[in-house]
Amino acid sequence: MEIKDIEKLAELAKLNLEDSEKDALSADLEGILGYIEQIREAKIDETDADTEPVQKNVWREDEARPRQFSREEILNQFPDSQDGFVKVKKIL
Amino acid sequence: MIDIDSLTIKKAGEMMQAGEITSVDLVSACLARIEEKNKELNIFLEVFAGALEEAKKADEKIKRGEGGPLTGIPIAVKDNILVNGKINSSGSKMLENYRASYDAFVIKKLKEAGAVLIGRTNMDEFAMGSSTENSAYGPVRNPLDPSRVPGGSSGGSAAAVAGGMALASLGSDTGGSIRQPASFCGVVGMKPTYGAVSRSGLTAMSSSLDVIGPMAKTSEDARIVFECIAGRDEMDGTSKGPPSQSEGGPFNMQGDPLHANMQGDPLPLHLKRIGIPRDFLKEGIDPEVLQNFEHSVEKLKKAGYEIKDISLPYSKYSLAVYYIIMPAEVSTNLSRLDGVRYGLREEGESVSDSYKKTRALGFGQETRRRVMLGTYVLSHGYYDAYYNQAWKVRRAIMKEYDGIFKEVDFVMTPTTPTPAFKFGAKKDPVEMYLSDIFTVSANLAGLPSISIPSGLSKEGLPFGMLFTAPTGQDYSLFPLEKDLK
Repeated sequence: MEIKDIEKLAELAKLNLEDSEKDALSADLEGILGYIEQIREAKIDETDADTEPVQKNVWREDEARPRQFSREEILNQFPDSQDGFVKVKKIL
Repeated sequence: MIDIDSLTIKKAGEMMQAGEITSVDLVSACLARIEEKNKELNIFLEVFAGALEEAKKADEKIKRGEGGPLTGIPIAVKDNILVNGKINSSGSKMLENYRASYDAFVIKKLKEAGAVLIGRTNMDEFAMGSSTENSAYGPVRNPLDPSRVPGGSSGGSAAAVAGGMALASLGSDTGGSIRQPASFCGVVGMKPTYGAVSRSGLTAMSSSLDVIGPMAKTSEDARIVFECIAGRDEMDGTSKGPPSQSEGGPFNMQGDPLHANMQGDPLPLHLKRIGIPRDFLKEGIDPEVLQNFEHSVEKLKKAGYEIKDISLPYSKYSLAVYYIIMPAEVSTNLSRLDGVRYGLREEGESVSDSYKKTRALGFGQETRRRVMLGTYVLSHGYYDAYYNQAWKVRRAIMKEYDGIFKEVDFVMTPTTPTPAFKFGAKKDPVEMYLSDIFTVSANLAGLPSISIPSGLSKEGLPFGMLFTAPTGQDYSLFPLEKDLK
């Protein structure tokens, strides 16, 4: 995996990486991909793979069920806030 | 002072009922042990200040005759399970100051049962690791040999039980994170059927695989905790609740259903057929582990079990499938950690720059690696080759287990290929990932699975045997321990 591929992935994953880490990650990912590569050769009998979904959502009745939370505690979690609102940098 | 190392939940509960000891005695003994050893072993990230108060309340409850099997029992909680009002860091700098605003479903259940939550235990960051070396707060040392790892990611929870700092603990298991550390620390660790225990209040790592489960000194203690925390919860959209009797539970320690069937149908299920996937045991396994395995098989034969070799051809891909689906879900789940609403924030020049700086600073090396890997397998051009293919193989693995469970009641392997290893012994990520080679299949197929201690190596390190049962047959796993002795 080339350094420019690592940089592209880091951009998608929203991660800043040091140059030294890019090299290390490239080697690590190559090693891991080398291992997981084996699944591409797994011969799947489509009848084995094409079963019903593995996990199903279990729905509850669609009605409002208010839960009580401490407003103060949630406000305290905001890294930056103003007048009870979470504050972020301008996005436009 | 009481001898905490000799006590189980069962025994301590009986002694409290008989008035021989109090919960305050028990909790004090655990606190004393933590005080004495935690500096060296780094098991607890926080000891809950109110523990003794809770113990006093439990003692009053017992005096009033309202106590249950967990009333007054000190229990440790992995740092990724929310306890209202307490810090919940998931072993990460990202959430160093994050305070939970509600109780996880399992915590609500433990509190209702009168258990005393003693503190939160150290873990690999976001439950990603097999040694706790990935914790942002330093690794946990194995109480049985402090030069070795306790396993991971629930290494703190396993070590808390092994080190006499709690009578049981909660861990979470995504690919082996309860069972592998249980094996390394010589305790029982159980991964319930996916959906039997609610994930509400568990910091999400890989949502199609994560499950909370008990760690304890004996199978019977693990059963007591499991019975308490299992249950249907509408806050978890994949919660199925505890296995009903028709699904095989609950069982007593003799393997007989606990509640008599009103229609008088034949009850006892004698689950005595064990399958061994010999193909998995051919290479990469410590000779002493193999020897212990064969010895354990002999014991079970003598106890009347029917042992047969089985073949699980798709399961040889389990670890590869796991290292595609898990990082894909990790990269998605951890995208919420961007420094906007909670957790760490490192200011940058723009919104995007702030995200990148925050995540670079807040995530440790292994977390960054898995986020990158997950982003790769989900990216355009690779999605079909990796992610879709992995799901096809995962479904084939599930079907394969369905088939094999028509022939046997349990699948048995060692829990880990080696006993607890030394710090720094596994520098290559793939080598570390291979620690989970036996445990991941149960997560992929959603099956209940348990690690039971099975003796010690020449160096005095514990071995564990892994048993996996069909979906919903959680209770059938607990009685195996008595036949392994």
